[in-house]
Amino acid sequence: MTDATLNPPKTRSRPNRSPSLATGFNFVRFKKITEVGIKSIYSHGLRSLLTVLGIVIGVAAVIAMLAVSEGSSYEAQQQFRDLGASNILVKSVKPAEVEESSRSGFGPPQAIVYGLTTADITTIRNSIPGISNVIASRIVKKNVWNGGLNINTDVVGTSVDYPVSRNYNLRSGRFFSESEMRDHGNVVVLSDEVAQALFPIDNPLGKTIRIDSDYYNIVGIMESEGFSNLGQNQAGSSNSAPSRIFIPFTSSKSRFGETTTRQTAGGVESETVELHEAIIQVEGQDGVIEVGEIIDQILQRRHKDIDYAIEVPLALLRQAEESALRDQIVAGAIAGISLLVGGIGIMNIMLASVTERTREIGIRRALGAKRKDIIMQFLIEAVILSGVGGLIGVVLGIAIPFIISAFWGMTTIVTPLAPILAFSISALIGVIFGIYPSIRAADMDPVEALRHE
Amino acid sequence: MLEIETSVSTDSGASAIRGQDIVASLDDIRKTYYMGALSVEVLHGISLDFYQGDYISIMGPSGCGKSTLMNILGCLDQPTEGKYFLGDQDTSKMEDDELSSIRGARLGFIFQSYNLIQQLNVLENIEMPLFYQGYSEADSHEIAMGLAVRVGLDDRVDHKPFELSGGQQQRVAIARALAVDPLIILADEPTGNLDSKSGAEILNLFDELHDQGKTLIMVTHSDEMAERSQRLVRLRDGLVESDDRRNA
Repeated sequence: MTDATLNPPKTRSRPNRSPSLATGFNFVRFKKITEVGIKSIYSHGLRSLLTVLGIVIGVAAVIAMLAVSEGSSYEAQQQFRDLGASNILVKSVKPAEVEESSRSGFGPPQAIVYGLTTADITTIRNSIPGISNVIASRIVKKNVWNGGLNINTDVVGTSVDYPVSRNYNLRSGRFFSESEMRDHGNVVVLSDEVAQALFPIDNPLGKTIRIDSDYYNIVGIMESEGFSNLGQNQAGSSNSAPSRIFIPFTSSKSRFGETTTRQTAGGVESETVELHEAIIQVEGQDGVIEVGEIIDQILQRRHKDIDYAIEVPLALLRQAEESALRDQIVAGAIAGISLLVGGIGIMNIMLASVTERTREIGIRRALGAKRKDIIMQFLIEAVILSGVGGLIGVVLGIAIPFIISAFWGMTTIVTPLAPILAFSISALIGVIFGIYPSIRAADMDPVEALRHE
Repeated sequence: MLEIETSVSTDSGASAIRGQDIVASLDDIRKTYYMGALSVEVLHGISLDFYQGDYISIMGPSGCGKSTLMNILGCLDQPTEGKYFLGDQDTSKMEDDELSSIRGARLGFIFQSYNLIQQLNVLENIEMPLFYQGYSEADSHEIAMGLAVRVGLDDRVDHKPFELSGGQQQRVAIARALAVDPLIILADEPTGNLDSKSGAEILNLFDELHDQGKTLIMVTHSDEMAERSQRLVRLRDGLVESDDRRNA
């Protein structure tokens, strides 16, 4: 050092260099503070990582939970939409007391008559305006044969509008026609499941199947059932088998009759049901729920027992939407708590950091840092911490729904809003929980701070 | 201010004589500390004038009020009574932000324990006061490099403080104190933590600064160091005991 000649350097003469005495926002300054913040976070790598863990978990939880609940509500809505939002389903249900006595197996042979009748449907059609169509079906359980192969399935006798009314599409071929309906034609449309069971190798179109002693030409194959049988299950009816075949309503009536008999332990039991199911289509969705109520009133008047069930998919959809919203609120609250805990973690560590760096604060203050510079420095650090945590959380939060979908087959939907929302919240938490430690840092007496060991 | 400085520095600055420009002046400074109901007056009325190019040592037994005086001179603390003019500004009634500004723009600090920021390298430490003054990155980089050369650490600019010896760290601190071209450089026992060889280097550096017309105020316990300064102020019990000027 002794030989260091201190030639008056040219840098000393700088009268023309006017420092822009910081007023307002200064980007260079902001950038520099950010750099310093990153440096100090980086110098405590592990601690910083542990600090942001709460935020990471919180943000990931928010996104994942929203994705799962979004997915399940989408799934539920889809199911009800497939049932038809402007449809009302009316079904025949065996009355409870009859079921009880028949199961006991004693007493005289049962001959039960229950369920919907054509007269019911006519009354409904005539007394309620705004009903565009009614598709009535009869459902009979039968063994269906293709040579030596057979399957026990529901044979649905219905009208030509059935596929349209339930958003149920053909895979190949066609549905039966009006003329076949008129002629009590021996034609059948198979569900995909039945087609696969009876015709494992060859194309069933154009071939025949046998039910009882009659042969039916296969004219079409339905798509694999897009809708679940959720509706049926909820109504508690017996026809919830996923595999079905479809024949004209008229054919069902003339081939199978209205009475089914079966052998029970106590003797013979016979059931007479005219209609098993009717899909009532309403014009537009607005009146669906009211029409459902009116139908209920009409049927209550006409039936002694409750031997029917009414399902309004739209009402179920509304319920599903409500419960999905409830789920989201609960999920949001849990994730919110996690974010709160994460924020407290950040505040905790920022307070420790402020204490640890008291000396640094003193030095900076002595060298010209204003209070707001110190606040800015620690606040930016807190925001960087929570922001980095938020970023990791977003990545995890997007990854988790994928894993859930892959392993459990649940539908999950990550809407773009969720990551943006979660990340913004995390940054906000950085600000909120960074404020107090920052103010504490800025309020230190420079003299005391410099003396701090 | 800068014009005055240049005129002095061409003068090769050997002796500052009364009548020259006053850079700082203390007028009947009193400082009382309050601890609950208890109050202790540490400074009982100190009046001193500091001239451009002065090289002053402040000495005195511990508890005499040296540190308090230095804090007031450094605008880190404010007097309870009296006026402190730095340049043409009365600092005794200033708000916190104004004090920060004046510290950053007009004062250079050299501490006994160097007080460098550990996670920043040499260059960044030197740049720090410039940053708070709002210098552009390019300007502050140029200034800091020039100062690193000046204190002989241009080959260490990207070292962190803990990679340097005590003497080197103190040279970084001196460079940092010079960065904003301050009115006064305040040094609080600058060689207190150094071995005699490093201490001598620092004192040589101070001599050179003095030769260039810098105003230096230094608190010291060592007579040997005080010898090298040009004016010696002795404090005792919160009062100026003696104020001797000699020609170096």
